Amino acid sequence: MTVPPPLVSAQGIVKRFGSLLANDHVSLTVAEGETHALLGENGAGKSTFVKILYGLLQPSEGTLSWRGEEVRLRSPAEARRLGIGMVFQHFSLFDALTVAENVALALDGAEPVPSVARRLAEVSRAYGLPLEPAREVWRLSVGERQRIEIVRCLMQNPKLLILDEPTSVLTPQETEGLFGTLARIKAEGCAILYISHKLEEVRRLCETATILRHGKVVETCDPRAVSAGMLAQMMVGVGIPPTRHDPLEQAGPVRLDVRSLSAPSPDAHGTSLKSISLDVRAGEVLGVAGVAGNGQDELFALLSGEMPAASAETVIIDGVPVGRAGINARRKLGGAFVPEERLGHAAAPRFRLSENALASGHATNGFVRAGFVDRGAALSWVDRVTKAFDVRKGPRDPEAKALSGGNLQKFVVGREILRKPRLLIVAQPTWGVDAGAAALIRQALVDLARGGAAVLVISQDLDELFEISDRMAVIFHGRLSPAQDARGLARESVGLLMGGAGFAPDAAEAA
Amino acid sequence: MRLVLTKREDASPWMSLVSPLVAVALTLVSGAVMFVLLGLDPIKALGIYFISPISDVWALQELAVKATPLVLISVGLSLCYLSNNWNIGAEGQFVMGAIFGGAVAIATHGVANGPWVFPAMMLAGMVGGALLALVPALLKTRFSANEILTSLMLVYVAELLLDWLVRGPWRDPQGFNFPQSVMFEPEAQALRLMADGRVNIGSLIAVVVVILGAILLGRTLKGFEIRLVGEAPRAARFAGFSEKRMTWTVFAISGALAGLAGIIEVAGTMGQLQPSISPGYGFTAIIVAFLGRLNPVGCLIAGLFLAVTFIGGENAQISLRLPLDVTRVFQGMLLFYVLACDAFLTYRIRLVRGEGAAA
Repeated sequence: MTVPPPLVSAQGIVKRFGSLLANDHVSLTVAEGETHALLGENGAGKSTFVKILYGLLQPSEGTLSWRGEEVRLRSPAEARRLGIGMVFQHFSLFDALTVAENVALALDGAEPVPSVARRLAEVSRAYGLPLEPAREVWRLSVGERQRIEIVRCLMQNPKLLILDEPTSVLTPQETEGLFGTLARIKAEGCAILYISHKLEEVRRLCETATILRHGKVVETCDPRAVSAGMLAQMMVGVGIPPTRHDPLEQAGPVRLDVRSLSAPSPDAHGTSLKSISLDVRAGEVLGVAGVAGNGQDELFALLSGEMPAASAETVIIDGVPVGRAGINARRKLGGAFVPEERLGHAAAPRFRLSENALASGHATNGFVRAGFVDRGAALSWVDRVTKAFDVRKGPRDPEAKALSGGNLQKFVVGREILRKPRLLIVAQPTWGVDAGAAALIRQALVDLARGGAAVLVISQDLDELFEISDRMAVIFHGRLSPAQDARGLARESVGLLMGGAGFAPDAAEAA
Repeated sequence: MRLVLTKREDASPWMSLVSPLVAVALTLVSGAVMFVLLGLDPIKALGIYFISPISDVWALQELAVKATPLVLISVGLSLCYLSNNWNIGAEGQFVMGAIFGGAVAIATHGVANGPWVFPAMMLAGMVGGALLALVPALLKTRFSANEILTSLMLVYVAELLLDWLVRGPWRDPQGFNFPQSVMFEPEAQALRLMADGRVNIGSLIAVVVVILGAILLGRTLKGFEIRLVGEAPRAARFAGFSEKRMTWTVFAISGALAGLAGIIEVAGTMGQLQPSISPGYGFTAIIVAFLGRLNPVGCLIAGLFLAVTFIGGENAQISLRLPLDVTRVFQGMLLFYVLACDAFLTYRIRLVRGEGAAA
C-alpha cells in the first residue's frame, strides 16, 4: 500500500544571486489536481522559485521531483514537455502578430498557423476564454492578452499551471472571469500553483498555501482555515496597522485645476488624452484608478510638466496657468511629483542619494548657490528623509540602485513630502513595495493632505485607492470619469468604469 | 557551447582606476611582440618609444606641445560623451578654429596692431570650432540625425576648406607658390614660455581648462546636469533638464575647446597655416578622453601619455627607420585594450555548454 507520489516536489531549493540568497532551502509539494498558493511579499523569492520550477533558472542546491522521479529542468522546453505551463506577470507577446501566430510561435512543434488557429478556437471555447485567432495583439486589452497566455498553456495539456500574479493587471470583472476559468481548469484535474500577495483571492481559490518570507518557507497551511489577517502577519512578520483616515471635514481651495486637457501621445503605442478635467482641493486625496496603459503615464507627464500641454490654461496650479511651464516652475509653485518608475525616472540608479535629492530639489531646496552645488545641504536632506521615513540603507549616501525597492520608494516619496508641498502628484506610490513600507507611505500621503496639501494619487491598486482617497475617478482610454465621493462608492461600479462601461461610446473605440 | 557576457552587479570603483593601467601594460606587451616580429630588440625599441620622449628638457617641452591640443580637445569631448552626445568630429572643429583664428592673423598682417591680436585669434578660433560643432547639434535636435556620422563627415569639409584657402586666397604671395599662408607676425603668435624650446602659453591654458573642467563636473549644477542627462535621461527630464539644450551646450563647449586647440597649435608651433595642420589630434583625443575616464584630470594624464606615443613614434622613425604608422598602431592597440578592459570591468564572461534558456 503506497501513497501516490506528489505531482511535483521541490526539496531544499537554494538559489543564490551573488551574495543575495533569493531562495533558502525552499521545500514545497503540489499534489495532483491541487490548487496551491505561493504567498509572499515582493522580494520574498516567489518569482525566483517558480522560474526554477519552469526551467528558467537553475537552483544552486536542492532537487526537483516530478511524480516521484528526480528531474533536472535545463530549459522551459523541458518543463513544458513534462506538462508544466506558466503564465507570466509580464506577457511575452508580439504586438504586430495575430493571436494564432503568437501561439504558434510559442508551441514547441512546427505546427502550421491554420491548424493552430483551429485548435486555439476549440480550447478557448471549451474553457470559456473568448479569443479571435485572427486579431492582432496590439488591438487587445490586457485581460485578453492574458487569455492568450493561458490558452497557449492549455493547448499543451498541462498537468501543472503556474500563474504569476495574474490579477494584478485585471479589473474586478475580468478577475471574476479568470476565476471561472481556473475553476474549469481545476475540474479537468490540472494542478495550479497560484502566486499572489492578494489574500482574499488566495483564500477563495486555494486549498493549500505556502508562505515565503525573505526566501524561506515560514508556513504551509490551509488558507481557508485562517484569517486574512493571520496570513498577512505570516507574510510580513509583524502586524500592519490600517491607515488612519478620518473623514474629510471641509475641503479647502482648489490647488490643482485641470480643464479639458487633451494631448496626443508622443509614442505610437501610447494613449492620447481626451479632454480630461479634474480638480483637487487642499486637504483631500483624489484617487485616479484604471488598468495600466489607459493614459496614466501621459497624464502624469502633462501634470508634472515633463511634457508641456498645448495651452497654459489647461493646467492651473494655485490659480497660475502652468500648462506650458516646465517641471521646475511647477515645483516653485509648491508642486511635488513622484513618478511610477523608481529606478531610471524618479531616481538615477548609479547616482548617490544626495545626488538624487539634488535632481528633484535643485530648484526649490536651496542646494545650489550661484551655480555651485552645496553637497552638505543635499546630504543633510538625505539624513532628514532617512530619519523621517525610516529609509534603511548601509552607508550614509549609497547609490540609488543599492536600496531595496521599498526603501528607495520611501526615499523618493519622502524627499518630496518633506518639502511640505502644497500639491503632490504621485503615480503608483506603493507598487512593488513591501507591506510595511506601503503602510508608511499611504499614511504619509493621507497626513500630507490633512495637513492642507492637495494630493493626487494615480494607481492601479484599487484597495490602496479605497484606503486613502476622499474622491475617486477612473481613467479609461485617455478619458477620465467624473470624480465621486470614495465613501459609499461600490468596488463594482469602479470596476465597471475601469472596463470602459459608462464612458461615451466613442471612447470604447471598437476598431 | 558559446560565450555569454553577463553584467556584473558590482563593478568596483577601484577596478575602474586599475583598468587603464592594465590596458597600458597590455599595449606595451603587444608592442614588444610586434617589435620582435619586426626583428628589433624590444627593450631598445620600447625605450625609444616611451623613455626618450621624457629624457631631457627639450623632449619634455615637445611633450607639452603635443599634449596641449590632446588635453584641450579631450576635456571638451568628455563633457559630450558623459551626456551621451557622440561628437567624433573634433578634428574638423580643430581645423575650423585654426581657420577662424588664422583669418584674424592674416587680416591684421602688415597693419598696425597690438597685443590684442592673439587673444582675438583665440576668441575667433573658439567661435569657429563651436560653429562647426553646432551643425551636428542642430541636425540632432531638429532632425534626429545621428551626430556620429554628421560630426565625422564635417571633418572632411573643414579639412578641404583649409586646403583650398592655403592654396588659393590665403596663399603667401612671397611664398614661392608653396601652399601656405604668410608667417604670422609676432603679436599673432602664442607667447613662448622658455627661451629655447617650443612650449607656449597654450600649455598653461590647457591646465587651466582642466581645472575649470574638473570644477564644472564636480561642483556645479551644470556639471551634475551633464552627468545626469547621460546616465538616466528620464530622471534628467524629471529633474527639469532639457536633453536638447544639453546637446547644444556640450557641442558648443567641445567645439570651442577644439577650435582653441587648433589656433594655439597654428599660432604656437607652426606660425602659419598649412594644408595639413594636425597629425590627427582630434581623433587621438577620443582615445585620451576614454583613457582618462571622461574626467578632466584623467584627460591631462592620458593626454601626456598619448603625447609620448606621438614623439616616440617620431624618434623611432629617425633611429629605427620604422614608418610613422607604428604610432597609429600603438594608439589603436591602446584604445582597443581600454575598451576591452572596460568591457570586462562591467561584464563577466561565461562559457555556456549546450542550449541555454530558450526565453
